[in-house]
Amino acid sequence: MSIEDRDGSTGSRPGSRGRRARSRRAWGGSAAALVLASTLAACGGDSGNASVLTWYINPDSGGQAEIAQRCTEAANGAYTIEVSQLPRESSQQREQLIRRLAAEDSSIDIMSLDPPYIPEFAQAGFLAPVPEDVVARVTEDVVQSAVDGATWDGEVVSVPFWANTQLLWYKKSVAEAAGLDMTQPVTWEQLVQAAQEQGTTIAAQGIRAEALTVWLNALIESAGGSVIAEGSDDPAGIQLGLDSEAGVRAAETMKLVSGVGGPAFSTAGEDANATDFEQGDAAFMVNWPFVWPRAQSAVEAGTLEASVPADYGWTLYPSVDTGQPSAPPYGGINLGIGAFSTNVDGAFEAAECIVSEENQAYYFTTNGNPAAKATVYDDPAVLEEFPMAPVIRQSLEQAAPRPQTVYYNEVSGGLQRTYHPASSIDPAQTPQEATDLIEAVLRGEQLL
Amino acid sequence: MSTTTLPPTEKTQPVSAPPGGLSDRLKAERRLGWLLAGPAFFVMLAVTAYPILQATYDSLFSYRLTDPANRSFVGLSNYGVILTDPLWWQALGVTLLITFVTVAVELLLGFALALVMAKALSSIRPVVRAAILIPYAVITVVSALAWQFAFDINTGFVNSWFAWLPGVGTDTDWFGGWGSSIFVICIAEIWKTTPFISLLLLAGLAQVPEVLQEAAKVDGATWMQRMFRVTIPNMKAAIMVALLFRTLDAFRIFDSIFIMTNGANNTESVSFLAYRQTIARLEIGLGSAVSVLLFIAVVLIAGIFIKGFKVDLSQARGDR
Repeated sequence: MSIEDRDGSTGSRPGSRGRRARSRRAWGGSAAALVLASTLAACGGDSGNASVLTWYINPDSGGQAEIAQRCTEAANGAYTIEVSQLPRESSQQREQLIRRLAAEDSSIDIMSLDPPYIPEFAQAGFLAPVPEDVVARVTEDVVQSAVDGATWDGEVVSVPFWANTQLLWYKKSVAEAAGLDMTQPVTWEQLVQAAQEQGTTIAAQGIRAEALTVWLNALIESAGGSVIAEGSDDPAGIQLGLDSEAGVRAAETMKLVSGVGGPAFSTAGEDANATDFEQGDAAFMVNWPFVWPRAQSAVEAGTLEASVPADYGWTLYPSVDTGQPSAPPYGGINLGIGAFSTNVDGAFEAAECIVSEENQAYYFTTNGNPAAKATVYDDPAVLEEFPMAPVIRQSLEQAAPRPQTVYYNEVSGGLQRTYHPASSIDPAQTPQEATDLIEAVLRGEQLL
Repeated sequence: MSTTTLPPTEKTQPVSAPPGGLSDRLKAERRLGWLLAGPAFFVMLAVTAYPILQATYDSLFSYRLTDPANRSFVGLSNYGVILTDPLWWQALGVTLLITFVTVAVELLLGFALALVMAKALSSIRPVVRAAILIPYAVITVVSALAWQFAFDINTGFVNSWFAWLPGVGTDTDWFGGWGSSIFVICIAEIWKTTPFISLLLLAGLAQVPEVLQEAAKVDGATWMQRMFRVTIPNMKAAIMVALLFRTLDAFRIFDSIFIMTNGANNTESVSFLAYRQTIARLEIGLGSAVSVLLFIAVVLIAGIFIKGFKVDLSQARGDR
């Protein structure tokens, strides 16, 4: 349940405008079909369908559909991009896409992919190889973590679109009362102490879902370790780094935070966290930037006092150890081109249009999804909507991706099984238990 | 005249019939039967037998959907992995618990509702019946979401309405523990499928001959005596069929767990395990083996009901 899928809830509901747009599209579609039919009749063997590209998108606030429309217009008839919406949860998006690709579905031209699943798609041969000139263009000025997330086995296999990262959000009033100097990097321990003193909670993702893996990975990386110490193509050869000094520190931190996580910590995801923070139950929160436009639109809708977001403060993700910079979570969406698409060249052309600087800036300001291109962060329009854009950019430079492996689903599922609920973690045992479980699952000796 | 009284010995059997075989008429009937039922029979074969056989075959392989090149025959080792894994037995235990609790409660509630539907004032009877059947018309995923929202610590009303109960407060996180999660899952299932069981029981109630009731009344039997001596024994077949259908259904529980806890707090059912191995992990071999074991469990349940309790499925339709 990573946030790229939850962002959609922050935007305005599709109302009559959406319906009109849809019917316009439908009309446009039938008109195009008519034109197509006459063209086909006129010149016989023309492969007319190739000019319609289907882009499988994750649910958002309508930004991707708008970008598809803009790129269709910009293409001047070379291609038409149609969007098709995937399920809400990123794990379900993966399930749907991968089953269809395993059946060599040629209707999948462009896909919005959650980065941790990219190695699996690439290794299975489901992604069309990215031509070198396209690689050069789409990685230019792109933040390092987004390039890393688009890479598998030393090659760029997808097109970076937008890059997400978590910040530490805090209530300025509470941090001041607790005497925290938020201009300096803070540690989790300082936050827990401040929360205890002030009688408030820390909102983090304690739910048994992908979000828990995101948090755990950030803690281990911040402590200087890695979930996967040594990767391998052979599932039995993967060495985990959980039962290390950094892994134990991460487990300790998780358990510590769960003590001040509030009553529903074990079921809290990003949306519940944002609600707790808005309502004032939590004074500290680690979360994706969508919480900012979410609070703004709640104020506009009259469901939230304007003084609440005015009290929002933001800084880099907390550190595990004093003096050691944190490794914030990295998320976002990359575009993969289906290997079985009938128009791979057209799909790459369309993907390049989709990730243009202008479209990334549009997507950032309207949907709250931060751009992968560093230059977008200097855009005055972006800075006006997102005063925290420079912090997001810095966080992206520091961010660490989740373990890159073909068997990501097994690794993440095993972590979720053993580290949930966070309050029952035993730092001396849980990392070892998780290692045993994941290794047995990868060897095919246990169920998950 | 004597010639006519003698039976034509040579024609005792129709000439066309094979020795000891069927009459023309019977053969024609059978042919008609096949013509009428054949298409449905083949469709059933295609949509049930074929997937079952395919799954059984797949379960003998180590086969990952994204890595078809490394598919290898492993015999029964997938079954060995499953049956030696505590997770399987835990999921089986959870499934059996949910099945037992929900079916038992549904039977009692369903019977009460059937009585209400049968005996309600005739003027409001259609309304009562429709009202009782509404939950059954709701899609399971929708009902699971509705119950999840109701019990949710942030959006739910249950915590504030029932705060006077011991153990319930505004801070109660229903989906945070095993017992409370199972409780909500069971409630959602019971709410959703009680109408089904009550509908089957209503059909059974209608079969109890009124004459028997009247005879018992004349003999001075009380309401309780009539219920336990006349009504229930006469609708045993309907009760058993309702139980059988609901048990098979409850054993395959998936939607509510998927929506409410997504398997957290050890609430995974057997179907959920099959989903996770096949769809999430893409381990077609292992997942198929779980599905085959699930199928065997369902066959066992049906066998126990039909043989053990002597349920005659044809009786429930009233064509005895």
